[in-house]
Formats: sequence, C-alpha cells, structure tokens
Amino acid sequence: MTTGFALHRRSRLIIANFSAFEADLLRSLAGQLVELLRDEQARPDESEDPLEALFNSGGLDASEFTGSQVAPDDPVLARLLPNAYPDDPEAAADFRRFTESSLRDSKAGAAEAVITTLADAGLPPIGEERPSDAALMIDVELDLPTAMMWLKSFADMRLALATRLDVAEGDEEFWASLPEEDPRNPAYEIYQWLGYLQETLVEALSR
Amino acid sequence: MRCCVCHHVGVSSAPLVVEPDVLPDEITEDVPLAALPWVTIVWNDPVNLMSYVTFVFRNYFGYPKKKAKKLMLEVHNDGKSVVSSGSREEMERDVQAMHEYGLWATMERSE
Repeated sequence: MTTGFALHRRSRLIIANFSAFEADLLRSLAGQLVELLRDEQARPDESEDPLEALFNSGGLDASEFTGSQVAPDDPVLARLLPNAYPDDPEAAADFRRFTESSLRDSKAGAAEAVITTLADAGLPPIGEERPSDAALMIDVELDLPTAMMWLKSFADMRLALATRLDVAEGDEEFWASLPEEDPRNPAYEIYQWLGYLQETLVEALSR
Repeated sequence: MRCCVCHHVGVSSAPLVVEPDVLPDEITEDVPLAALPWVTIVWNDPVNLMSYVTFVFRNYFGYPKKKAKKLMLEVHNDGKSVVSSGSREEMERDVQAMHEYGLWATMERSE
C-alpha cells in the first residue's frame, strides 16, 4: 500500500511508490476520464466491473464535443465543466462555446500525463503478461508541472466518483454504515484513497 | 476604458468578429456596464479537500497562506466566497482556471 507522495529534497522531485494494483487502478481511472472528456463513442458495456461503469456517460451527442453552448447532460461532465454564468444563459452559452473545448483538453491532458508517468515508471501495458505482480512496484518521480497535472487529475477523478456516488456534505456516517456487501463500497474506498493521495501531494507541493 | 468591445465574446483568444456596419459610438453604449468590475465566486462542494482549495488559492492567485485559508473557510462555512475581482476578461480567465482545478466557480457583476 502506497504511503502517498513526498518531496525528495535533493532532486526536488515529488516521489511515490505504487503497487502494480494501485498503478493499474490509477491508470484505469485516468483512462476513463480521458474517454469521458474526449467524448468518444461509449464502448459497449459488457463489463461486470463496477469501476468500468462508474464514469460511463452512455454516449453523448457528437455536437457536444466542441463549441457546445449547452451544459452537458451527463452529471459528471456537468460538474467537470460547470456553468460560469448561472444567471445569464446567453453569456453562459458564449463562455462555453469559447472555453469548453480547451477545458476538456486541459483535463484530458492532465489525465493523460498520469497515464504517461505510470507507463514511463514501468507499468506494463494493459493485458501484457507480467512475471510477478506482487513484486512489481511502480516508482514515480514528478517534476513540478507533472505534479500539478496529477494534482488536478486527482480532483477530477474525485469529482467524477463523488458525482456518480452522490456524495454529499457531511454524509460520512452514511458511508461508514453501509453494509459490507453494498456495491458502492469499493468505489467509495477508492474515492477516499484518492483524497489521501491528493492530500499528501498538496503537502509535498507546499514544502 | 475601452477594452470591452469584446463584451459578448468571452475570452481574448477567441476570434473577434466585428460587424462592419457597427459604428464605434454604437459600440461604446455597452461600455459603462461592461466596465464595471466583475467578481469570481467559488462555491462550496462536498468533494474538494480544504487543504487542496487553500493550495489552489495560494498557487493560482498568489495569495499569502493566511488570505488563502480565510477564503477557503468562507467557501466552506458560508457556501461561497468572492476570490477575485477585475475586468470581465480577467474574471473569465480566473473562472476557467478554477474549473481546470476542479473548483466550482461562477462570475457576476460586482454589487
């Protein structure tokens, strides 16, 4: 289990060690964000993996890809790409038309940076045979610009999960009291784990 | 200040289409309103960590730690906080930056 991020004093790089399982999980979450933001055709959802379905928006109209003037229907996208002018529909549409695609690019780019870092650190491509996962550790080293992208992407992953799970202010007790077999538990645990990672990254960046 | 011809255009990088038949003094009719200062508001959400929000205010706006924390606590306790003010263009930049960080930000005319 990773202990999160720390600043390596001599190199000034931010470092973290992930198990192969953790690195796989981060890559999967980042990949789903990219897919959602790039608005690709939704893949046929044959997977039983609840994680796979978490971010799935179920196929959006292609006209929303660029230059859209209307807020996305999908609640996760609506939260990631908020309305800048809640009381002025005309200004909101203009703002969205000129900024939404660059916002999508910046968020997808941050998620792609996470994927690239993990691959560079030795995480084998999906489906590739691995000698022994148990021993495989993925050590990442982030320079400042890359660390900022990881930081932003953690925020997006948490927003996406929280929106799907319907996380609300002060509902910690509700989540703590869920029966063990509740299907939302794994996703909520990941949501909290990402919060832990983000917290350690903020600390490392503040040193 | 006549910088606000782009009143309806959104951001500076956007293509500015000038209607050829609009005379300069017709355009200036928009100026008094558009020249008013605008504000960026960050709203509370149940997701973003207090430490993260404080970090964003320090990092993006360059606010000292104390001010960043005060604004974060306003967001957390009052549900929202005015985090910056300026021209409409500047606020659109700030709002988009907040959205890049995953904060829920809107803008409006300052009262």
